[in-house]
Amino acid sequence: MNELTAVAMSGGLDSSVVAWLLARDEPVVGLSMLLWDRSSESAHGRCCGALDLTDAKRVAQQCGIPHYTLKMDREFREAVVDPFVDDYLAGRTPIPCTACNTWIKFDLFLERARALGAGRMATGHYARIVEGGEGLELHTAIDTDKDQSYYLFELTQEQLGASRFPLGEMTKPEVRELARQAGLVVSEKGESMEICFVAGGVREFVEEQVAERPERFAGAAVGAASTVVDSSGTVLGEAEPYYRYTVGQRRGLGVSAAERLYVLGVEPARNRVTVGTGDELLSPGLTGERTHWIGAAPAVEIEATVRIRSRHPGVRAAIRPAGDGTVEVEFGSPQFGVAPGQAAVFYDGTRVLGGCWIAAAG
Amino acid sequence: MESGMKAAYFDNNATTPLDPRVREAMLPWLGDLHGNTSSVHSFGQAASAAVEEARARVARLLGTSPPELVFCGSGTEANNAVVFSCARSTDRPHHLKHEHHLVISTLEHPSVLAAATRLEGQGAEITRIAPGSDGRVDPARLLSAVRADTSLVCLMLANNELGTLQPVREVAAGCRDLGVPVLCDAVQATGKIPVDVAELGVDYLTIGGHKFHGPLGAAALWIRAGLELDPLLIGGGHERRRRASTVNVPAVVGLGVAAELAAEELPERARMLAELRDRFERGVSRLDSVAIHCADVPRLPTTSHVAVAGVQGEALMIRLDLAGFAVSTGSACSSGTVEPSSTLLAMGMPETEALSSLRVSFGIFNTADEVDGLLGAFEREVAALRELAPAAS
Repeated sequence: MNELTAVAMSGGLDSSVVAWLLARDEPVVGLSMLLWDRSSESAHGRCCGALDLTDAKRVAQQCGIPHYTLKMDREFREAVVDPFVDDYLAGRTPIPCTACNTWIKFDLFLERARALGAGRMATGHYARIVEGGEGLELHTAIDTDKDQSYYLFELTQEQLGASRFPLGEMTKPEVRELARQAGLVVSEKGESMEICFVAGGVREFVEEQVAERPERFAGAAVGAASTVVDSSGTVLGEAEPYYRYTVGQRRGLGVSAAERLYVLGVEPARNRVTVGTGDELLSPGLTGERTHWIGAAPAVEIEATVRIRSRHPGVRAAIRPAGDGTVEVEFGSPQFGVAPGQAAVFYDGTRVLGGCWIAAAG
Repeated sequence: MESGMKAAYFDNNATTPLDPRVREAMLPWLGDLHGNTSSVHSFGQAASAAVEEARARVARLLGTSPPELVFCGSGTEANNAVVFSCARSTDRPHHLKHEHHLVISTLEHPSVLAAATRLEGQGAEITRIAPGSDGRVDPARLLSAVRADTSLVCLMLANNELGTLQPVREVAAGCRDLGVPVLCDAVQATGKIPVDVAELGVDYLTIGGHKFHGPLGAAALWIRAGLELDPLLIGGGHERRRRASTVNVPAVVGLGVAAELAAEELPERARMLAELRDRFERGVSRLDSVAIHCADVPRLPTTSHVAVAGVQGEALMIRLDLAGFAVSTGSACSSGTVEPSSTLLAMGMPETEALSSLRVSFGIFNTADEVDGLLGAFEREVAALRELAPAAS
């Protein structure tokens, strides 16, 4: 008998098609994660909604595969939601999807799937795993619009070896067409673009979490209007609390100026938001921490293409790793909006070499 | 599961397969026959006659007379109806009593627990009595919480997770002296052990057809003659104004036949079910570090509750399902995911042991061969899980 593969089913189009594709010729079990239980809220179209879990169950029936829901909400809160709130409170711009991939989907989920007898797991991610000369490689998806490799840079060889991304070789329209041909109940479902656990705005979410569990977020000062200053320290006005803003943002500042203003930096301790012109937002490079290499870590400086946020086209850069997991990245040309808390992911062509978490610009 | 293999069902406490004889009796009412029991014409008369025949059959099973029975849609509805009805004063119906007191066991089904919690939110006082580590409520402890002004005491006859029988007769006797009414949820017990309302001495008793090979959607509420019920559903005059809703005739007909068959076959069923359970427990107790909960306590012949040390009950349940054997990790009423059972925690069981527990519940259509198959799978899957996490076991 073939090895059992566990498909992580969110109830969305992509993972549904993965389940359908694999179930045609091998043993498959569908597993959904209950990550953020807000079943009292209307939650269709969000990745953890009760209705999406119902869709996952319906699709599993259509595929003729067993399906189970695994409760992982406590772990999700600890590994993804709380650090997300911590980051905003610390003036950083988090990427919860990467944290979820690293700590939940390709760690806890994989462990739980193995306990159920699955040898490998499959997800609806748009990325490719390629056998290279020196181990497994992670590559961008064929469909560059949908490519999700940026969010997967922390995967290890072991995790890549246990994972399958069947959609990496397909385009989104092809995936939807397959769903239609198969008659899957989710074939006309839209994309889930926002952060799955944040229903409204980030500000409201942060304040709600702090209010719900003040002991977990002890010391968090929420609710007070922030001071908006320019880069010389001149006060320009007041705005919403600092955690409402992220570096590079230009909406919702509430101050008028001749030139278009962007957020340059956020200072939690002073509840202060520094704004400036687009030119002031340019950085020559960045300092990264918690660097991860998918293959062997380079001993010396390398040159690679660096993407500093998920939709960033990439820039040529020199990358100088230090021994302690930090890294200096020097861009070939200055870049807008280097935001602490985001990831800088290193590419060689389509191949993801690794990446780091942005500690500071410059 | 290998394709083409038929899965074996060992989750009969969640729901049971329909007895083919019951289905036969229902089919005319899903075919040529139809009618509203409230209608005056011949169609209504035929429906009414069928429902009254069913009422008589259920009455025989419970040792009572038909007028004391109200047909409902589910055991949950029947339990809700009694709890909410007792929370209203008799002189001013539809007003919540200001000083309202309920005594309930923590073993109760969520349909009782949640109803009580709602009343609590409306100002009622709820005293909750936890079971001992033997899965049984101490009758003296429960009775010591009952006051002369207590509006209702709720104690189920058999627990759905452990199968343990509760001291309903003793509690009812004590409550009778105080003039306090008792609701006995007999949903899990009926059709598996003798249930006689007179012998139990309770005031309200609920049963559900699908727990003993009857159809879903039919349940019955027995109300002691002379007691009032402030109905949960109001509208039409069905069920003598105690439950408005057009009567689900096919389901009620099925419930009646299931009750009749259970009454006729009860001793034989109990013996056969206990044999299956004992066969399973003998086999499973040969494995390392498997504990059978409440084995020495009076319990249903249908239910076996085991803890497998070092193994996640959820993982074992899913592995068994993939191998073609359906069991449960506890009561089936959650969102399909697994939480430590509140029943087990209330008994003082540590969370890890509660999470390593499985419920295997037998029905009259299970066979010894199926039990042997389950035992084989159980041994294989426990070994595989322990190999994955040797440190834990």
